[in-house]
Amino acid sequence: MNYKFNIIDDKSLECKIVEFSNANFKLDSDYILNNFKIAFKSFGTLNKKKNNVILVCHALTGDQYVTGYNPVTKREGWWSRMVGPNKPIDTNKFFVICSNVIGGCSGSTGPKEIDVNTNSPFGGKFPSITINDIVNAQNYLLESLSIKKLFAIIGGSMGAMQAIQWSLNYPDKIENIIHIAGALKHSSQNIAFHEVGRQAIMNDNNWNKGSYNENGKRPETGLAVARMIAHITYLSENAMHRKFGRKLQSRDIISFGFDADFQVESYLRYQGRSFVERFDANSYLYLTRAMDYFDIVDKFSKAIEFPTISNKHINYLVISFTSDWLFPTIENKEIVKKLNYFNRNVSFTEIETDKGHDSFLLDELELDFTINGFLESNYRKLESHE
Amino acid sequence: MNNKFSIRKDWRLIESLIVENSRILDIGCGEGGLISQLEKNINAKTYGIEVNSELARKAIAEGLNVIEGNAEKDLDQYSNNSFDYVILSQTLQAMLKPKDVLLELLRIGSKAIVSFPNFGHWRIRLQLLFTGKMPMTKGLPYQWYETPNIHFFTIKDFENLCKELNIVIEKSIGLTSSGKQFSISKKLSNENLFTSEAIFLLSYQNFEPIKLKSKQKTFVGNSIIAR
Repeated sequence: MNYKFNIIDDKSLECKIVEFSNANFKLDSDYILNNFKIAFKSFGTLNKKKNNVILVCHALTGDQYVTGYNPVTKREGWWSRMVGPNKPIDTNKFFVICSNVIGGCSGSTGPKEIDVNTNSPFGGKFPSITINDIVNAQNYLLESLSIKKLFAIIGGSMGAMQAIQWSLNYPDKIENIIHIAGALKHSSQNIAFHEVGRQAIMNDNNWNKGSYNENGKRPETGLAVARMIAHITYLSENAMHRKFGRKLQSRDIISFGFDADFQVESYLRYQGRSFVERFDANSYLYLTRAMDYFDIVDKFSKAIEFPTISNKHINYLVISFTSDWLFPTIENKEIVKKLNYFNRNVSFTEIETDKGHDSFLLDELELDFTINGFLESNYRKLESHE
Repeated sequence: MNNKFSIRKDWRLIESLIVENSRILDIGCGEGGLISQLEKNINAKTYGIEVNSELARKAIAEGLNVIEGNAEKDLDQYSNNSFDYVILSQTLQAMLKPKDVLLELLRIGSKAIVSFPNFGHWRIRLQLLFTGKMPMTKGLPYQWYETPNIHFFTIKDFENLCKELNIVIEKSIGLTSSGKQFSISKKLSNENLFTSEAIFLLSYQNFEPIKLKSKQKTFVGNSIIAR
């Protein structure tokens, strides 16, 4: 690799950013990124043997602020309950890295960043991104940090896609994979929901073929609607009913109009509004597309049956949730079945909850218990073998 | 399905039937007690299936390869001869289709170890004879309407089924209700009366060196097929 890199401390984003140049990084779309940057945060300490690294992959609208303070939202990180000292992913023991995906909008190269060739934001001219590209970019990051082995890769949803893609691209670098609420392919129903969201954005008059950053007006309405739709898919009917029922919002009677009469409407509007403050509409387009393009059914089968780089040592843990209709148990089990057919090390559990796809981000003690036990016991095994 | 003491005894006997360094699948592995014992004691490479998700998670948290699943639905994901031994401990009588499960065990494993409560034990026979009600014992403590054990059978029944399916009984061990063990002989008479728990080591008649082509496996597209 002939690329150069430079690690900088970004004061305003409160994270580190690796700037790569001369990278000749070829994307799936054949576009070549020579200059790009990856924003990341790390937690805990890298031990001497460098065998305690865990890469956490974030989901569609996540970021590198997996735990601790997030200076953008001014709130706790998205998985603070899972990652930290004495948490299930214990940063007293493990060195946890979380990076913003390329195509994202929290400091890594994405549509809102400046294209050095044109000196203006990429906008809609940003190249198409795939999960494979995202993973390859993460590999650049690890190389720049001189990390050769990952004790574990963990991700839910789009993070799970990255985790399983890692097992195809760099199996020799991975010991353990925790795949939560994902699939080997994005289903047509999921593509359909994404398409509705994208249409909302692209039909917003401010979108301007993605060049909105030049005129200052952003497609906020479209992005908010996209978020509202997506948010419904992250929940479940039961969870929504439990939370909102048909309760009215700050009123005793219905208004006979189109105000947010119902609490659920008010909640969704709030979700949409707060989302546009922290997320870039173009990134939403690009990353939903990356998920849609994800289909590694054949590649995964081949890699398990005829591995070119050995992957037999990897321990897989697959977790699904009963009420997840976006990445249902049956899709997660496909992975388990393929691994079992070829005698691989795989564990699987389905956690009973009515909280839907978002369960992996929420208070699920069984999830904590399983992840914690899996990591700690496999780490003990690794240590005793060395 | 049994008290703890007798399960542990069961485990020791199962271990004694297994060669070191084997690949083992334990169906109904619970928290993984048996397989972790086998990993430690005889350097086995182990896998487990457990239908109860809480127990499965406890096993996973111990670092064991355990999947949540069902012996009657989920064995089809394993290819032929994936394991040296497949263990089904104290579970066959709870299966909807015990015969199909038995056949599956010997498809995915070269050998199967099956243990079950013997319904031919004298206490059970006497209870039915004298009380006229479905027997309940320490090992089978359930009322008929809530028992998970839906297919009761005796050692004799099991031997007959094996014969019908051309399954070879390599070894068989009986345990009395007080935990005494003895090997079950071919001529069943007293054994069927005194065995409360039986453990069988099973295999198919070995026709080596003929290698069956059907054991090759291949992927075509998204689906697994056996050629």
